[in-house]
Amino acid sequence: MARRETPEINAGSMADIAFLLLIFFLVTTTMDVDSGIARKLPEKPPPGYVPPILKEKNVFEVNINRNNQFLVEGEYMNIDQIKEAAKKFINNGGGTNEDGEECTWCTGERDPRSSDHPSKAIISIQSDRATNYGPFIAVQNELEAAYTELRNELGLKLYGKTFTALVKDLQNDKKNEELKEKIENIKNKYPQIISEAEPTQ
Amino acid sequence: MSKFRKNKKGLPAISTASLPDIVFMLLFFFMVSTTMRETDLLIKKPLLPSANEVKKLEQKSLVSTIYVGKAKDSKYGAGDKIQLNDKLSTVKDVRAFIYSERAKHNEDEVPYMTVSIKADVNSYVGTVTDIKAELREINALKISYSSKRGNIKDNF
Repeated sequence: MARRETPEINAGSMADIAFLLLIFFLVTTTMDVDSGIARKLPEKPPPGYVPPILKEKNVFEVNINRNNQFLVEGEYMNIDQIKEAAKKFINNGGGTNEDGEECTWCTGERDPRSSDHPSKAIISIQSDRATNYGPFIAVQNELEAAYTELRNELGLKLYGKTFTALVKDLQNDKKNEELKEKIENIKNKYPQIISEAEPTQ
Repeated sequence: MSKFRKNKKGLPAISTASLPDIVFMLLFFFMVSTTMRETDLLIKKPLLPSANEVKKLEQKSLVSTIYVGKAKDSKYGAGDKIQLNDKLSTVKDVRAFIYSERAKHNEDEVPYMTVSIKADVNSYVGTVTDIKAELREINALKISYSSKRGNIKDNF
C-alpha cells in the first residue's frame, strides 16, 4: 500500500484569528500620548527658614481672579499681552546680578525701574481658589513661551540655532556633551524662575 | 464538465493567502503604538486644557497620573473629585498613592518619577493647589500639567 500523505492543515481561518486579535487590541488599548507643561515644585523649606527679601522691581506679578481675569503688574491685561510683558520684564537687564555682572546678552530697554538681571527676575503667579484650571494653564503656557522665545533668540545669536532645535538635537544624540553644554549655558542665562503664591480664598 | 472548466479559466480567484500576513502586520502596529488602558475612569473624561509649550512625557512607567474632574455618578456629589488608581479619593490619599507608586520602582528611579495631573479645564485651581501642596510635603516635585496641543484661547 502506498503511504498516506499527511493532510495539510487548513490555514484559511488564520485570517479570522488574526482579525479577532486585532479587534481585541483595538478595543482595549488607547493611543493618546501623555503630554503636558512640565513644572518643578519648590522644595519644602526647612523649619525656621526666612524667605529672602526681594526688590519689588524684580518681581513680575500675575494675578488671576475668580472671574478668570488677569492683573499683571497692577494692570488689567488680556491673555495675548502677557507673553510680551513677561519677555520685556525678563529681558530688561537694568542692573547687575549677585556677582555684580551686567547682563550682556539682554536686548531689553535697561529700564532701572524694571528687573535687574534675568537671574534675579522672578515671576509670581497668584490665583484664586475658584479660578478655572484652563486660564491658569493658559498663563503657565504664556510664561513658558516667553522663556522659550528668549532662549531661542539667544540660541540663534550664540550658536546659530534656536534653543528648541538644540534640545531636539540632543534627543537624537543623547551623549553629545558639547550640545548639553550649549543648552545648559542658555538655560543659565535665562533661568526659569516661576513661583506660585498661595491662592486667595 | 470539461466545457464548464474552460469557461472559468478566464478569471482566476484572488489568492487570500497573504491576508493573514496583512492582518498580523496591522495587529503588530497597534500592539506597538498603543498602550493598555489602565484604569476605568470614575470621573467624566477630563477635557484637557490646550497649550502650545507642551513636552512629551517619556518613560511611561515612571509616570503616575492623578485625575481631577466631576464624578460620573451623581451619588458622589457635585464639585471636583480626585481619582487615584481605581477609586475616587480625597486629597489626603495622595500621599499614600505616591508612596505606593514609589514602592513599585527602584530607589534610584524615584527622583525621575513624574506626577501627571490630568485635570478638566473647568475644574478649580484650588483643588489642584491642594494636590500640589501634598506632593510638596512628600517631595514628589516633578509634575506635569497634562494638556493637549492647541490654541490657548480654547481654555476660556
